[in-house]
Amino acid sequence: MKNASAAAALAAIWTIFSAQAGAAGDPVVIGDIDDLSGVYADASGQGGIEAANMAIADFGGSVLGRKIVLMTADHQNKPDIGASKFREWADQNGLNMLLGGSNTGVSIAMAKVAGAKKVPFIAIGAGGASLTGVDCTAYSIHYAYDTTALANGTASVIVKGGGKTWYFITADYAFGTQLQEAATRVVTANGGKILGAVRAPLGTTDYSSFLLQAQASGAQVLGLSNAGTDFSNSLKAAAEFGITKTMKPAALLAFISDIHSVTLETAQGLYLTTAWYWDLNAETREFGKRFFAKMKKEPTMDQAAYYSATTQYLKAVQAAGSTDPDKVMAELKKTRINDLFTKNGYVRADGLMVHDMYVMQVKTPAESKYPWDYYKVIKIMPGEEADGAQPDPACALIKK
Amino acid sequence: MTVFGIPLPAILGQLTLGLVNGSFYALLSLGLAVIFGLLGIVNFAHGAFYMLGAFAAYLGLQAFGVNYWFALILAPLAVGILGVIIERLFLRRLYGQDPLYGLLLTFGVALIAEGIMRDQFGSSGKSYPVPGLLRGVVDLGFMVLPIYRGWVVLASLSICATTWFLIERTRLGATLRAATENARLVQAFGINVPLMVTLTYGAGVALAALAGVLAAPVVQVSPLMGSSLVIVVFAVVVIGGMGSIVGAIVSGLALGLIEGLTKVIYPEASNIVVFVIMAVVLIFRPAGLFGRE
Repeated sequence: MKNASAAAALAAIWTIFSAQAGAAGDPVVIGDIDDLSGVYADASGQGGIEAANMAIADFGGSVLGRKIVLMTADHQNKPDIGASKFREWADQNGLNMLLGGSNTGVSIAMAKVAGAKKVPFIAIGAGGASLTGVDCTAYSIHYAYDTTALANGTASVIVKGGGKTWYFITADYAFGTQLQEAATRVVTANGGKILGAVRAPLGTTDYSSFLLQAQASGAQVLGLSNAGTDFSNSLKAAAEFGITKTMKPAALLAFISDIHSVTLETAQGLYLTTAWYWDLNAETREFGKRFFAKMKKEPTMDQAAYYSATTQYLKAVQAAGSTDPDKVMAELKKTRINDLFTKNGYVRADGLMVHDMYVMQVKTPAESKYPWDYYKVIKIMPGEEADGAQPDPACALIKK
Repeated sequence: MTVFGIPLPAILGQLTLGLVNGSFYALLSLGLAVIFGLLGIVNFAHGAFYMLGAFAAYLGLQAFGVNYWFALILAPLAVGILGVIIERLFLRRLYGQDPLYGLLLTFGVALIAEGIMRDQFGSSGKSYPVPGLLRGVVDLGFMVLPIYRGWVVLASLSICATTWFLIERTRLGATLRAATENARLVQAFGINVPLMVTLTYGAGVALAALAGVLAAPVVQVSPLMGSSLVIVVFAVVVIGGMGSIVGAIVSGLALGLIEGLTKVIYPEASNIVVFVIMAVVLIFRPAGLFGRE
C-alpha cells in the first residue's frame, strides 16, 4: 500500500513535469509509429516518414518559434509495442501528436493511449471504422480512409453493376472482419447475397485452398477483404487458378504499391477504392514528382495523407497559438481541409475526416501509357456518400 | 458423396493442394535436416536463403534475362556460394559449441538478409512470371490444377529422392555420415573433412534457394516470404526427427496434406495445426517420428 501511494505521488510529479514540457523553446514533437518492416511497410512505412518530413520542411521547420521534431518507431504489427511506445513518448519525450497506424489492431490500442494521455492521434494507415465508432476518443482522428468508405465504394459499384453473389476471403483480424461486415451491409442492402466467407490468418502465403472453396460456392464476386501481401498473394493465386476468369475479383483495399508489385497483367480490370491517386490533377502530380525524386516510387494514398495530416496539424497549432491538445483538436475539428490530399474535407464530431473517395478500375497493360499509369476513375464519391454525414452513434462522444 | 459433411471433390482438391505445399515443406526441411544431421547447426537462416533464391531468380530475369530453367541452376549456385562464404567466415568458429550459438548466428544472418532486401525492394515484393512452358491448367475432374503446381510436386519429389539416395546409398554419403560420427578418424583416412562440411552447408543452402526459385512464380517474391515459412519448416523437421532425411521428407508431405484438410474443416486453425501436431509428437516421441532416441 505504501509503495502504491509512493508510486502515485511519483506519477503525479511526473505529470506536472510533462505538462510543463510545452513551454516555449521546447520542440514540437510529432511521433510516427507505423509498420516499418512488415506486410504493410510499403503502403506507408518509410514513405510516410518521408512525406511527414516533407510537410515539416515545407512548413519551415518550426511553428510558434519552436523547432519541429519527428520521432519514428516500428510497431511490428503488435498492438502492445505500438501502445507502449506511444505511452513512453507521451511520458518522457513531450510528444505533442502521433501519426501512424497501418494495422487496425495496433491503432485501436494506440487510440486508447491517446484518450488516456490526451495526445492527439491521427490514424492514417489503419482501416477499421471502429476507430471513430466504439473505439473513438476525443483525441483521435481517422484521416485517410475507413472500411465503411471502402465498402461503399467498391462493393456498391460492383453490386449495382450486376455482381450480386459474393464470397469473401478475409484477413482474420479486426481490419479484415470490419471490412467484410461493411461490405456485407452494402451488398445485402443493394439486393445482393453473401454465399460464404473464409477467414485466412494474416500473412498466409498459399491461398489456393481458400480460392477453391470460393470457386465451389458459385459466387460471381470474389471479395478480397485483406491488404498488403495478403492481397497480392490471394489475387495472384486467383489468376493462376483461372478463378479470375469465372469470378470477378473485388479489392476491398489495395494500394498503388500493391498494384505495382502484382503488375497490371494480374491486376487489370480490378475495382478498388482509394482516397487519393497521384495522377488526379496538377497538384497531386507535383507532389508525386517530388516524392518520386526521393523514394523512386509514386506515393500511396497513405503517404499523401501523412503529408496532409502533418501540415494540417501544424496549421492548427499555429492557429491555436499553442500545442494544448484540447485547443488543437478544437481547431482541427472546425477548419476545412484544402490541400493536395483533399478538397473541403472536415473532421466529424466522432473524429472521422470526411472527404471524397475515388472508385478506380485498374487499367489493362495496353491502356497504361507511362510508368505508374494504373487507374481510371470510375466514380468520385463525395465524403457524405462514402461515410454518411452523421457521426457514428456507437462513438461515446456523440450525444444521443 | 461426402466425408465429414464435406463433398468428396472438395476433399480431393484440398489434398492435392496439400501435396503441393507439402512438397515445399519437404524440400525445405530436407535442407535443414541435412545441415543439422551432418553439421549439428540449427540453420535459422534457411527461410532467408529460400527468399534469396527467389530474389536471385527475379533479379536474374530482370537484369540479365536469365530464364526460369537456367535460374533453377544458377540461383541455387549463387546462394549456395553465399552459404559457403558464411560457413567459412562465421559458422566454422562455432562447431563444437552449444547449438544455441549457431542458431543465434544464423538468425542474425536471416534478419540482415531480410533487412537488406526490404530496403532494396520494399515489403510488398515483386512478381515473377510462370514460365511459358508450364502455363495453363489441367482439369483433374475434381479440380482444376495449374500445370505449374503439378511441376512443383514432381520436381521437389525427385530432388528429395536424389538427395536421400546420395546421402544414404552412395560412397560419398557414407563418408559424410562417417565424418559426422567421428571427424578425426575420417580425416585420418586422408579425407578433407572441413572442405566436405563447407560443401555440405553450401548444398543445404542451395536446396533452400532451389525451393525459392520453385516458389517464385506462385507466391509474391517478398523479403518476408521465408520468415513465415521457416517456423513451420522447423516444426516439420522436429516432427520428422532432427537430422532424419526420410523423416523430413515424409513429415513435410504429410503435414502439407493435414494442413490442406484443416483449411476446409476449420480455416482459422490452418496456421497452428502443424504446431499442435508437433506438441503431440514431442510428448509421445521426443526424438520425432523417425529420430533416433
